[in-house]
Parts: sequence; C-alpha cells; structure tokens
Amino acid sequence: MGSLTLHDVRKSFGSVDVLKGIDLEVGEGEFVVFVGPSGCGKSTLLRIIAGLEDATSGSILINGREVNSVPPAKRGIAMVFQTYALYPHLNVRDNMSLGLKQAGMAKAEIGQRVDKVASMLSMKELIARRPAELSGGQRQRVAIGRAIVREPDLFLFDEPLSNLDAALRAQTRLEIAKLHDHLKATMVYVTHDQVEAMTLADRIVVLNGGVIQQVGSPMELYNNPANLFVAGFIGSPRMNFIPGIHAGRGSIHTVGVRPEHITLDPDGGDLEGTVTHVEYLGADTIIYLECKDVGLIIVRNFGEQRIENHKRLFARFDPRRVMQFNADGSRS
Amino acid sequence: MSIATHSPVRSIAAHAILIAYTAIALFPVLVIVVNSFKTRNAIFRSPLSLPDAETFSLIGYQTVWAQGDFILYFQNSLVVTVASLALVLLFGAMAAFALSEYRFRGNTLMGLYLALGIMIPIRLGTVAILQLMVASGLVNTLTALILVYTAQGLPLAVFILSEFMQQVSKDLKDAGRIDGLSEYHIFFRLVLPLVRPAMATVAVFTMIPIWNDLWFPLILAPAEETKTVTLGAQVFIGQFVTNWNAVLSALSLAILPVLVLYVIFSRQLIRGITAGAVK
Repeated sequence: MGSLTLHDVRKSFGSVDVLKGIDLEVGEGEFVVFVGPSGCGKSTLLRIIAGLEDATSGSILINGREVNSVPPAKRGIAMVFQTYALYPHLNVRDNMSLGLKQAGMAKAEIGQRVDKVASMLSMKELIARRPAELSGGQRQRVAIGRAIVREPDLFLFDEPLSNLDAALRAQTRLEIAKLHDHLKATMVYVTHDQVEAMTLADRIVVLNGGVIQQVGSPMELYNNPANLFVAGFIGSPRMNFIPGIHAGRGSIHTVGVRPEHITLDPDGGDLEGTVTHVEYLGADTIIYLECKDVGLIIVRNFGEQRIENHKRLFARFDPRRVMQFNADGSRS
Repeated sequence: MSIATHSPVRSIAAHAILIAYTAIALFPVLVIVVNSFKTRNAIFRSPLSLPDAETFSLIGYQTVWAQGDFILYFQNSLVVTVASLALVLLFGAMAAFALSEYRFRGNTLMGLYLALGIMIPIRLGTVAILQLMVASGLVNTLTALILVYTAQGLPLAVFILSEFMQQVSKDLKDAGRIDGLSEYHIFFRLVLPLVRPAMATVAVFTMIPIWNDLWFPLILAPAEETKTVTLGAQVFIGQFVTNWNAVLSALSLAILPVLVLYVIFSRQLIRGITAGAVK
C-alpha cells in the first residue's frame, strides 16, 4: 500500500524538455494509467518514479517520503517491463527471489513468498524452468510474479502487454485487473493503448508533449474531455472534428462529435457526404463518409446495417453530445 | 535456412569452393607439420611427400628439446598471451559497458578516442614504448609485453563489445537495478554472459596476433628468461645456416597451445549463440 506524489517534476535531455512540470497525486490502492502518444514522456516519467532516471528538478514522494536520491531497490517499488526482462540464466524461482535475496531476507521466508505467489498466478509447474523454456504469456506472468513477491508499496507497469498477441493481451489485461482487486495495491501503468487505459484505470493521466493534458476517470475523459487532444485521443474510432463554419455553427472554431453520436439520415442533417467505405464488425458498423470541405467523417452505427457504397447520406449529430472547442484547443 | 540452397548443383558448387578454401588455408600448416617429422634431406628433396619409414625423423624435436629452454619459452608465451587476453577482455568489456550504458558528457568522443587505436598501428610507437620501458625499468620483463599487448588489443575489443552491449536489453539491466543488484553485479552476471559470443570473437582476434608476435619480444624482452616461442624459434634461423628441422618442429609445437585456446573459445562461441535469448 502506498501513495505517490509528484511535485513539479521536470526532465530535460540536453536542450530537449521531455517533461515540463508534472504534478500528480496517486492515492493508496489506486490504479493510475499514464497514456499518450509515443514520445509524450510517459515512459520517462515512470522511469523517474522508479529511480532509473533522475529528474532534472522537482520532487517524487512515495508514501510521503521524498525518494529523489534513493536508489530504485530501496524505493519500495516493483516494475514489470515490456520485454519481460527475466534473467536468462536463472530459473523462474530464482528470477522471482533475486530481489528479496538482495534485500537480505531469510531463505525460508523467500521460499514461502515465492510459493504463495506462484500458486496465486497458477504457475507452480513452471517454477523450475528457465525463461527460454516459457512462452511469451508465461514469461510476462513470471515478470508480474517477480513484482508481486517483493510486496511493494507501488507497482509500476511499463507497457507490459505490448509484446503479447491480441488474445493473450485481453486475457492478461483481465488478470492484471483481478490482481489489483485482490492485492488492493497502488499501481501505475504506462500504455499507449487507450483501450488498456479505459479498461484498467481508476484514473487516467493523459500526457502529451511532456504536459499533463487531463486527469480523470475513464468516463470523465470520455464524456468531458478538457481539450481537443484528450477528445481525439480517448475513444475509438476517434472523435470527428469539423470546423464550425462547415457545421452550420459559425461562431465556434471546431465542433467535435464522436462516431457513435452521429446518425445517418437520407433526408437531411448537419453534413452531407458520400459513403466511401463501410466496415462490418458484427456488433458495430463503421461508415466512412466523405464530406465536401470537411473531409472524412467516421460514423459508428450499432448492429449490422447494410449501407451501400457511394450513397449520398446526411450525418445528423446528437445535439446533446456535440462538443465545442476554441482555436487554442480548449473546450468552450 | 537451407531451403534456397537445396539444388544439388548449387550445393556441390558451394562445398567445392569451401573445400578449396579450406585446403588453401590449411596447406602451409600441413606442410610445416609434415616436414617437421622428416629428415633434412627429405625436406628439401620432396617437401610435399609424407614421411615414410626411411625419411621419418624426430631430429627436429630432439634439437628443440635439447637446445634452448623451450618449456620456458612456451610458458612465457602462454603467460603473456593469457594475461594480456584477460586484461583486454576485462578492461575492454568494462569500457564498452560504460560507453554503451551511461550517458555522460563526451561519451561519443571518448568512444572514438578509444577506437582510434584500430587505425594506428601500435608499432609506429615502438621507439617511444622502448624509451618508456627503459625509463620504468620494465625491459626484459613479461610485464612489458603484457602491457603493450593489452594496449594493442583494447581498441578493437572496446569497439566490438560496445556494439554488442548496446543490444543487451535495457529492461534487463533496469530489472537488475530494481532488484538491488550493483552495477558490477549487473555487468558481470547479466551483461557479460549475454555478450559471450562477442567476447569469444574478440578473444580469438586478440589472441592470435599476440601469440605470433615477434616484434615486441625481440625489442622489449629478448633476454633468455623472457623469450617467447616465436623468438625462441629464431635461434635456429641463422644468416648462413638454418636448422629447418628445428624451426619446423618449434613452429609445429607453437601451433598446439593456440589451437587449444581456440577450441575453448569457439565452443563458447557456439554455446553463446544457442543459449536462450532474452525474448
């Protein structure tokens, strides 16, 4: 159990400012996900929390204790890496117990803890194997086990699912969510995949260009994005942005409307366009509508609907869900 | 891997080229070894024929054994080669690790500086090296040779190893740091085993020129008690008369230890390649 406080954390590599003043409070037992496009500084921020990278300025507090100059092993953290990072020369048991051994824990206690975690993650039969003898999913489970064994104040996940295939990713995502329920531990999770962020997080931190764009629960970000970037980043397919003058709202710079909040109407609506492509996903149908002056508008209809290509249709926006943005990207 | 070369014609052609190359490469060695077992007359009369009952002779080996202290020469060569090799691998790997792992001011410049030695032959500095050794009283010691060979081997070792160390997963090193391993522990226990094939390559490339070198032993350590094998064999090469039996026998013997070392390293090389990788 632990809390994390970041106060005005900045990081520069030479003349490049990667993080431009990050302030964040993570409460005990909270699951916080950092999400953003690549190069937004989210991994750097995680590495700074872990102590693998020094902050240029600002302070990091874990459980109220400033850890700026504390080495990673003494911060009370555990980290799961994208590439698993298992020690290739050690078997699963030794991989999991190395950290505790380094901390000087008694052998018997280490054995107990490893056994407990191994049965919790149902990988008892793998305990004597080497990483080379494990599949990708099993390796990531061992890496997660290695983190749990340390019983840290803070779990750090650095894109742990990126190397897994789609089916395994969904399964492991569920396991991580269950793990959080079970351990009630504080977790910080970095991903570029907004689906992972939406499904796992108590709170999402959206980063772009080294600045926090918005912090909030998944639904807050979805329903009430603070700016154009968050609106475009959260939600899939992404939100449609239409210049106000083309949407019949001349006073507004940009109108944003999500694909699921548009209905198609043959007789009239906010925008007229030609269907250029239709994707049938079973549960949804995604329609691409080419509109004059505006470009491609994505519409998401629920269920299976037959829509002919090249048909002229009107897009009708749900007036309650239309968002308005100023020229600087902020909500108006 | 072999799908494209399944055609028998291609396969035969490839093997013919490889066998021809092997034959050409091994021929001089074979001639040396074969002739070392023949009488002097037989060496000159038919240098390519194998020794038979009439021409077989161990006179060369007997001469080598009787004249000159070849056991000592071998010992000197081995001490110099193994010690230099160990120092080159240790310091080369450490420098490579520092260059590839840590960000510091002048990192690239330092890497270039360390690699510069590849392009400048160390023999150009012989006079200065000799002056240095005289001044520090190291002439006619094995230490002098070890120091020079270490300097000679380091640039290539740093250059090759830093390339390989960059390929070692950064996450793995970070996982070690989070588990509380010291930087030394990370270097010796995590990184070195993963770059073992590269280490073996560097070892072979470093070892052979050191073992075969005649120049520095001749200049820095020509004394009887510090002679290396290559220098010792020169005893039999005179301005007017050369004892070919002895020369060939000494050279044949000189091949053995280096062959043993090579076998050791090449096995490491193969084992390194087949061992389980990170991902």
